[in-house]
Amino acid sequence: MAERPVFLNLLRICLPPSGWVSILHRISGALLFLGLPLGVWALSVSLSGEAGFRSIAERFAHPLARLSLLLLLWAFAHHYLAGLRHLALDVHWGTDLQHARRSSLAVLLAAGLVTLLAAWRLFA
Amino acid sequence: MKSASGSHTGTGTWLLQRATAVALVLALPGLMIYFLAALPADFSGWQALFAPLWLRLLMLLTVAALALHAWVGMRDILMDYVHPTGVRLALLLAVIVTLAGSLAWLGAILFGATWGAS
Repeated sequence: MAERPVFLNLLRICLPPSGWVSILHRISGALLFLGLPLGVWALSVSLSGEAGFRSIAERFAHPLARLSLLLLLWAFAHHYLAGLRHLALDVHWGTDLQHARRSSLAVLLAAGLVTLLAAWRLFA
Repeated sequence: MKSASGSHTGTGTWLLQRATAVALVLALPGLMIYFLAALPADFSGWQALFAPLWLRLLMLLTVAALALHAWVGMRDILMDYVHPTGVRLALLLAVIVTLAGSLAWLGAILFGATWGAS
């Protein structure tokens, strides 16, 4: 106890996979919150007429817009899968250490895989 | 004294977060498949995708669930990281205005209020 207060170096803290799933669940949720008004705005412009539709299509042709879309797609994939895992844990599925660790790795990998596939569709 | 930024509402919001999560798990892939399966290259095709009434109702209900879900989640984040009560309440108000505004805007787009941005 003599060591307190403990100095927490954020760059040296080594999170277990479930810790990464947890913090990324928060970050992806916050990103999706920010994406919602943007999405409604894009929908509004795209349905406003021929000119609006073309202007949105042109915006989405820009690499930066596609990169932002890719980020939101990762956020959605991660948040969705980590959320499913959360619901499973709520009903006591896979709460033992081995299964919880395996499912958290699966969430991280699957979200990454979905993002890679989306990147290939968007940029190739 | 009653706290300005918290009361005994935790179980209710927890349940709301879970219930809306289950609704979104089902509705969002359905909507994505509907749009991705028939993504048109022109405006009239795009407009036609929004013609069915069931689709517009499903979209509005889904975004309503999404807004409630996001409200609970953003509230959790603010309660964990923002401690000055005034700042926390101001940010929470901004979250609520953003979510309610997005939902109302979507309703105006889908159900054709001409005073909207469209």
